[in-house]
Amino acid sequence: MLLKISWRNVWRNRLRSGVVIAAIALGIWAGLFVMALSVGLNNQRTRSAISTTLSHIQLHNPAYLKDSKVANFIPDGEHVTQVLEANPQVKAFTTRMIVNGMASSSAGGFGVSLNGIDPEKEARVTDIHDHLTEGDWFAEGKRNQVVIGAKLADKLKVKLRSKIVLNFQNEQGDIVAGAFRVAGIFKTVSSQYDESTAFVRMKDLEGLLGTPGQFHEVALLTSGLDEVQPVKEELKAALPDLEVRAWKDVSPELGYADEMMNTMLYIFILIILMALGFGIINTMLMAVLERKRELGMLMSVGMNRVRTFSMIVIETVFLSLIGGPVGILLGWATISWVHSKGLDLSAVGKGLESLGVGAIIYPELESGIYFNIAILVVVAAILASIVPAIRALMYKPAEAVRGL
Amino acid sequence: MSIIHTENLTKTYDSGAVKVHALNDVSIDIAPGEFTAIVGPSGSGKTTLLNIIGGLDTPSSGRIVIDGTDITRLSDGQMIDFRLNNIGFVFQSYNLIPVLTARENVEFIMLMQKWDKKKRETRATEMLQSVGLGDQIDRRPSQLSGGQQQRVAVARALASGPKFVLADEPTANLDSASTSNLLDIMANLNAQLGTTFVFSTHDQRVIDRARRVITLEDGKILSDETR
Ligand SMILES: Nc1ncnc2c1ncn2[C@@H]1O[C@H](COP(=O)(O)OP(=O)(O)OP(=O)(O)O)[C@@H](O)[C@H]1O
Ligand SMILES: [Mg+2]
Repeated sequence: MLLKISWRNVWRNRLRSGVVIAAIALGIWAGLFVMALSVGLNNQRTRSAISTTLSHIQLHNPAYLKDSKVANFIPDGEHVTQVLEANPQVKAFTTRMIVNGMASSSAGGFGVSLNGIDPEKEARVTDIHDHLTEGDWFAEGKRNQVVIGAKLADKLKVKLRSKIVLNFQNEQGDIVAGAFRVAGIFKTVSSQYDESTAFVRMKDLEGLLGTPGQFHEVALLTSGLDEVQPVKEELKAALPDLEVRAWKDVSPELGYADEMMNTMLYIFILIILMALGFGIINTMLMAVLERKRELGMLMSVGMNRVRTFSMIVIETVFLSLIGGPVGILLGWATISWVHSKGLDLSAVGKGLESLGVGAIIYPELESGIYFNIAILVVVAAILASIVPAIRALMYKPAEAVRGL
Repeated sequence: MSIIHTENLTKTYDSGAVKVHALNDVSIDIAPGEFTAIVGPSGSGKTTLLNIIGGLDTPSSGRIVIDGTDITRLSDGQMIDFRLNNIGFVFQSYNLIPVLTARENVEFIMLMQKWDKKKRETRATEMLQSVGLGDQIDRRPSQLSGGQQQRVAVARALASGPKFVLADEPTANLDSASTSNLLDIMANLNAQLGTTFVFSTHDQRVIDRARRVITLEDGKILSDETR
């Protein structure tokens, strides 16, 4: 019956309870939506970084990471290839020969990281080929083609089919050079990457360096983000001589951003809940104040402290728990709906591109978060109920009934 | 053997400069089955006396013994349970829980005493019938008249079989028809069940119905007559 009384008490002042319930629902709804927006933004940033440049896992000769000179190839490349082919969780991989050199045109010479790749294999791992603004991802049959970033093309003042000269040191430290024709120009979200990266066919680069079958880097995709860590461990065990790094190791700031985002979001939700909590406290204090005589009467006829306290706590929890699920449901519905459509922020967010994401945001939230928020709402409700419940206990029956 | 025994009760309110002697050396004995009115002008100490007898307030000095128990020695928590199990209360107003029906209100004390549901419901219905509200058991207080609400309060006070019922001006807010109706019901229950009633009042018609009248003035017993 205590439950019945508390429940009915919630509806005694419909307007006031309604306002509180609406505030809770709206607060949680807004909180969830902002969370989902941030998570979506962050995930898009991470996904785009992974798909254009990072891939899931990279393999190197540890020496190459310290000193990126040509001689620090991945040892026993054939074995490495076999290991990767044998692992069912490795969806695709690409090998790269990377040398640092200079790209020059009549406009001058600029430092460049030159990637010798197999265009087809590369396309299965990264999506640079989808970022071409002009030209092709290498044309069939033609030799000495280069695909460069838009920023580099600007600096070199070259266009499609222009010739540029690439020169760099070979294994012995001798300078070698080759003339390449621009086959394509790409533009990713990172202008720094576009300024310093060029792709050529592995075969052409091998020819200049005279090192067939060698490579410095392997980039691979696993069957899903959840597989990255286990596959990393497997590869580490199978290839003890290599440095095996997951995308988070290669670009730790992305991982930090993930963690920081989570912490920030919980702080954000806590702030919202705190504000709501004060609203709840205020409302319930008013209710307790209004009911001074009734509470005094109940205590007079023998309602003990535990029951009095529980009655107010239960009422507060009811009040909070009506709004909670409504807010969570609304939030979930909005997020799912907007997720399916995408939220076009191009009008307000010109800077989004520089963050590494497109102008269209797809909000998303893990289902676990909804659950955590539900728990937090309950905790907040119970905390908020303590003050009014204590207030109710402070009434002295004789004084409370005297005013009758 | 008295059911209510008070010994030299005094209650002094010390509000800064002035000391109010709300009760001054009040000793009374009330036997089971009595139908007693506490009367006296406003401020004479009626409410104070009833509150102290009912354990809602503590005296400045003196003792109250209820059916052999010295309630001045009980802790706050023990006092609440004592009230629950031994004393029925009827106040002037705000007696009922507005969100419960008449029957649920009557059940409330039995519920806190942990009666089982069936017994509670039967007893509540029975009690409401005995105060003439058998056809209103599912109404909320707001759907009942003031007199009917007071009758529900009387039914509640009696339902769990307390040792006695204290009623502080139970008819103060009632018109004369409702007043005499409530008094009829109280007198009836007193006669039939032997329930002890102690009630305060200003109202001469109510005083006329009492079998014992204790008159207070300035916190002292002015007269105590049994008719
Ligand atoms: N909390 C308090 N503080 C100070 N004085 C009080 C307090 N409560 C009651 N009094 C005083 O004690 C005296 C007795 O009050 P009490 O309420 O018992 O009178 P009463 O006979 O019930 O009066 P009424 O007929 O108006 O209800 C009064 O003078 C009153 O002003
Ligand atoms: Mg009074």
